[in-house]
Amino acid sequence: MSPRCHPSLYWNTHSCPTPSGLSPEKTEPLTVPRGASPCHIPTSRLQGGWHLGPRSILVALLGCHCNSTRSPASAALSTLTWCRHDDLKEMLDSNKDSLKLEAMKRIVAMIARGKNASDLFPAVVKNVACKNIEVKKLVYVYLVRYAEEQQDLALLSISTFQRGLKDPNQLIRASALRVLSSIRVPIIVPIMMLAIKEAASDMSPYVRKTAAHAIPKLYSLDSDQKDQLIEVIEKLLADKTTLVAGSVVMAFEEVCPERIDLIHKNYRKLCNLLIDVEEWGQVVIINMLTRYARTQFLSPNQNESLLEESAEKAFYGSEEEDTKDAKAEAASLAKRKPYVMDPDHRLLLRNTKPLLQSRNAAVVMAVAQLYFHLAPKAEVGVIAKALVRLLRSHSEVQYVVLQNVATMSIKRRGMFEPYLKSFYIRSTDPTQIKILKLEVLTNLANETNISTILREFQTYIRSMDKDFVAATIQAIGRCATNIGKVRDTCLNGLVQLLSNRDELVVAESVVVIKKLLQMQPAQHSEIIKHMAKLTDNIQVPMARASILWLIGEYCEHVPKIAPDVLRKMAKSFTNEEDIVKLQVINLAAKLYLTNSKQSKLLTQYVLNLAKYDQNYDIRDRARFIRQLIVPTEKSGALNKYAKKLFLAQKPAPILESSFKDRDHFQLGSLSHLLNAKAVGYQELPDWPDEAPDPSVRNVEVRGTPRREKRKEKVEKPFYSDSEGESGPTESADSGESHHGGASSRGHHGGSDSEESGSSSSSGTSSSSSEEEDEEEEEEGSGEQSEEKEGEEEEEKRKKRKEKGGLRKPSWCPAFGAVRTYELLHRMAGEGLSVEYCFSRRPFPGDPHMVAVQIQISNNTDIESLAPGDTASVVMGIDFCDSTQAANFQLCTHTRHFYVSIQPPVGELMAPVFMSENEFRKEQGKLTGMSEITEKLTLPEKCRSDHAIVQQVTSAANVGRVPCGADNEYRFAAKTVTSGSLVLITLEWREGAAAQLTVNSEKMVIGTMLVKDIIQALAQ
Amino acid sequence: MIHSLFLINCSGDIFLEKHWKSVVSQSVCDYFFEAQEKAVDVENVPPVISTPHHYLISIYRDKIFFVSVIQTEVPPLFVIEFLHRVADTFQDYFGECSETAIKDNVVIVYELLEEMLDNGFPLATESNILKELIKPPTILRSVVNSITGSSNVGDTLPTGQLSNIPWRRAGVKYTNNEAYFDVIEEIDAIIDKSGSTVFAEIQGVIDSCIKLSGMPDLSLSFMNPRLLDDVSFHPCIRFKRWESERVLSFIPPDGNFRLISYRVSSQNLVAIPVYVKHLISFKENSSSGRFDVTIGPKQNMGKTVEGVVMTVHMPKAVLNMNLTATQGSYTFDPVTKVLTWDVGKITPQKLPNLKGIVNLQSGAPKPEENPSLNIQFKIQQLAISGLKVNRLDMYGEKYKPFKGVKYITKAGKFQVRT
Repeated sequence: MSPRCHPSLYWNTHSCPTPSGLSPEKTEPLTVPRGASPCHIPTSRLQGGWHLGPRSILVALLGCHCNSTRSPASAALSTLTWCRHDDLKEMLDSNKDSLKLEAMKRIVAMIARGKNASDLFPAVVKNVACKNIEVKKLVYVYLVRYAEEQQDLALLSISTFQRGLKDPNQLIRASALRVLSSIRVPIIVPIMMLAIKEAASDMSPYVRKTAAHAIPKLYSLDSDQKDQLIEVIEKLLADKTTLVAGSVVMAFEEVCPERIDLIHKNYRKLCNLLIDVEEWGQVVIINMLTRYARTQFLSPNQNESLLEESAEKAFYGSEEEDTKDAKAEAASLAKRKPYVMDPDHRLLLRNTKPLLQSRNAAVVMAVAQLYFHLAPKAEVGVIAKALVRLLRSHSEVQYVVLQNVATMSIKRRGMFEPYLKSFYIRSTDPTQIKILKLEVLTNLANETNISTILREFQTYIRSMDKDFVAATIQAIGRCATNIGKVRDTCLNGLVQLLSNRDELVVAESVVVIKKLLQMQPAQHSEIIKHMAKLTDNIQVPMARASILWLIGEYCEHVPKIAPDVLRKMAKSFTNEEDIVKLQVINLAAKLYLTNSKQSKLLTQYVLNLAKYDQNYDIRDRARFIRQLIVPTEKSGALNKYAKKLFLAQKPAPILESSFKDRDHFQLGSLSHLLNAKAVGYQELPDWPDEAPDPSVRNVEVRGTPRREKRKEKVEKPFYSDSEGESGPTESADSGESHHGGASSRGHHGGSDSEESGSSSSSGTSSSSSEEEDEEEEEEGSGEQSEEKEGEEEEEKRKKRKEKGGLRKPSWCPAFGAVRTYELLHRMAGEGLSVEYCFSRRPFPGDPHMVAVQIQISNNTDIESLAPGDTASVVMGIDFCDSTQAANFQLCTHTRHFYVSIQPPVGELMAPVFMSENEFRKEQGKLTGMSEITEKLTLPEKCRSDHAIVQQVTSAANVGRVPCGADNEYRFAAKTVTSGSLVLITLEWREGAAAQLTVNSEKMVIGTMLVKDIIQALAQ
Repeated sequence: MIHSLFLINCSGDIFLEKHWKSVVSQSVCDYFFEAQEKAVDVENVPPVISTPHHYLISIYRDKIFFVSVIQTEVPPLFVIEFLHRVADTFQDYFGECSETAIKDNVVIVYELLEEMLDNGFPLATESNILKELIKPPTILRSVVNSITGSSNVGDTLPTGQLSNIPWRRAGVKYTNNEAYFDVIEEIDAIIDKSGSTVFAEIQGVIDSCIKLSGMPDLSLSFMNPRLLDDVSFHPCIRFKRWESERVLSFIPPDGNFRLISYRVSSQNLVAIPVYVKHLISFKENSSSGRFDVTIGPKQNMGKTVEGVVMTVHMPKAVLNMNLTATQGSYTFDPVTKVLTWDVGKITPQKLPNLKGIVNLQSGAPKPEENPSLNIQFKIQQLAISGLKVNRLDMYGEKYKPFKGVKYITKAGKFQVRT
């Protein structure tokens, strides 16, 4: 082996063209056994040999190096392509980041050009753990592109991503998940599933968003995971951040669009969040909600007349008045007629309307289709303006919008009439846009505006764009059939076009005239005569066929000319196009029946010619017609009726838009545009006859502030101020925000409370349905208050239907031993002070809840509690193993207090008792990612067994596990909600040094626990 | 959603491909080429093409086709809008969205595409966020990077991603704090043969260049906001404030962006600032015709009309044109049959005129239609609708910014039929 060549030498080989006929499989350099590190590939050994001598030597040499089962020839081929990238490999193997980066850049450039770079896989995958972030990113790009082809090698990179999943930097966590889920290797499905589940409860909304993105990826890789994925989707749907909403709805649409039941509880939240969601998410959510609304609400156009007036007002009135009006209206309407729009339906319409102002055309279109499919007729008009605005945009946008406008304008013509002129055509428009605009103009034509439209059409006919002219002529024909008044004018105009110099124009006119004449032939024999003359000049088959048909059909109006035309056509029969031949036969047959004296021989002649035609259709027709019209002894009874058959009155064709009935597709969808069902299209359901139970959308708030149980806006709304939120829609809202206001767990408790405050005040507004609602509620809470009557004060009407609710403490609170936290200060609470502590006893109602003991003391005069007296109560909260705060509301007669409980991580668990062996066994299972180790120094006072145990148990609710070693302390616990194990080991080395190890499946909990314990020990 | 993206130049070379799911072969583009051939004209290529296994949704920008491959139902506008956003981002990063710029920066392009879509669903499209993740290339930076070894890629999550105002970067600092607004109005009009207006409307935009430190909260008010009939907003604008007070209240993105675009209510009569006198005729049976066009100012509120350019697509039968211009210069391209007359400024004293003979193909029939004239012009310091900015207030920051407003009126799609 010669020493390595300088990289520059390889450069030449790199630029040589690829030997043809190489398939990617063959270029795969070597198979590396699974699990082996790529470093072991004997690349360096091979590299030396390339430039030594003639290829034959190489072949022999390589044949033995490479896989021995391979034939020498194929090995040589593979190595030849391989050697082209030697320089890159060397750069990737170097220690310098800059060289690596350069190499990766060149590789990515190759991928971008569509060149195959898969043979570099082993060299690239080594760099997956590179420190340089740009190299790392490019390696990710490479990995995602080729992992599917080289699954075994790709597995080598997995551990890096698993490590990345618990990085403190959220960007790294997210990108690790992104790449991990983008590697389409079926074998890692379980790992992906685990990672997604973990990320779905990450603290960072960005990571949760990435988790939502990963769901459809995993689903497309392995659809068996559907059930588990739906669980994750359900969890993420309950997320209250705007960042996650769009992505999770996208995942919902791809994985389980049929599970409409998952939306119920989140419906109001989605409506309220909508305006703050990023624009792409908005499109997806709006489309999904359109479908949802179609299954859950009643058609708003059931009894139009009444609604029309109320909506009319709503349309013209300003927002404020609108809501007031609507409220009154709703009440009055309720008495008069059965249909009342579901407040949730109204909520959707109201919250989407501002999005018509979006700069994103897709959002505008989404709202437009929502209004078209869901809004009462009178309100649909608002979308016209926005759609017309989109016509100023890029031509592709115009194309799609015009298609949709064309469909809408058939059903709701009035909506676009004010914007008629916006659809006027400029000579610079692309032809496809012109034709669509023409379609819209034709749809909009009516008695009042037809003269303007026709004048406009006249200019179009002179255009240089012949396709467009042909379409214009068609359009004129349609106007003429639809509007009787102008039929004659149009016909005259078209006849004038017959003398046009352009044959296409003439042909198109003939076709259209034919259709028009069919409506009233008697008056127009002059035109027919004129057209008969045209057969000499016009060559366009369709036009010739039309003329012949016309003459045949109305041969009685032109008795002299018709046989002459047949004579001419018989002469040229053999040279005609098929459609013309068929019409010649038709003409002959009709003439034979009406005027057999003159045309008998001609007909025979034509039929004979047709008999030997190449086209079997024409031969068949000739045979059929001969049997039918020429009486012979064999011909049956039909002969008598031949005349009736051929010369029956035929209905005039209806010229209608090709966009008619397209609206059964959801507007704005790909399927609508193609007028065919696209893959994955979700049918837009019809309105139900009877509305499903609207109460499913009520968010039932339990004491457990689970994520999915929340509907209110928690993000501080940026766009929408909460003013003007009251209104009829609030009736249902307020119902549940009464109790809904009670608890929440969000990042922005402040804005949340603001919202619930306003809504509960508006809750007094009455519509009949709402009152019922309230009553029901009163009953519900009544039960509770009975239960707590004993020690609960009357002012504490927390309308909270907790699972288990508030419980009378059956045991004495151990306030002294455990740390207490303040919930409501005496001053802030106007004399009422509330403290809470974590009692560390299992909550009797539900073992998955953390028991929180609340102590209420009265420092002034409260009716049901003597001054200075205290009462305590235990509440169960399911924190879902997360330290996010539970926000809720404390109500008295006069005031609402917004309070929140944030649990220290140590309180999220309950002690477990196990033997030393069990502990070791469990610990063995929870290594690697799930193990967190930290060194610490113990302060003076903390160097006794007793002190250490006390500090640890005070920081976390854990149980001690017996331990043989002297200076080791072990503790075990299970998280309350999911019951995952948390194992703590503290090793005390000489002096003050100690090492703390926490093993837990929940890495976030583990990390935080380590911090807390260290802090506790340091005190 | 979006499966793959192919960038194709005018000569039909696929010069970039990117896949977000499994790889789709380049051969899928053959369907596109087929459609392109059928359409003859680039602008007539249908934006949505259905193939047996995929759907192709394409846009045409700056002589590049962006062809995306779709496999399942998706709103077509969603894809089209996104592709335009991609083109805008390239423009923003490289100054132009051309084939050479993309090829030169192929790695950055790839990194951008990687960030913009995840599994085919848009992830980060705000330019401010992207710029924090991937820094745009500058000469200075590439020099610095080669010395210090630092990279163009950010390693922390852009703050905007998590906040409610994703369009703004955190920690913006300027020594000169400036806010500029350009009110640009375009007149779309169709003028018929006799000089009467068939259709006219005013479309306007306010483009802003905001370089303010910190988190300024701006509110912009107009003297006559009722003029604005239909408005579309940048996401930063608070809709409720506009609805109730007709004030634009917003925390701006950093740098250049379009604040609003609007249409002026159609009830207002549009003042057309120029008129055109034209006489174009082709003689029957002789291979020549006459061409005589004069442009003059009208109702321009004392401002000069400048930058006047007239383009005419002459009929196919025209071979050549022999014209004399009293002002400016003209060119006629015998291949595309486009006549361009660059007039410049119009002075009312001496109206610019273009006059001469049109040579037709001998033997060809006389063209039936007279070509329509497309006019471009510009008027500085004037918003033709009369829209006026009243004041700009800033809250949330202590310093005093420099504020500026500029008005321009332009011709949009301004066409004179003859």
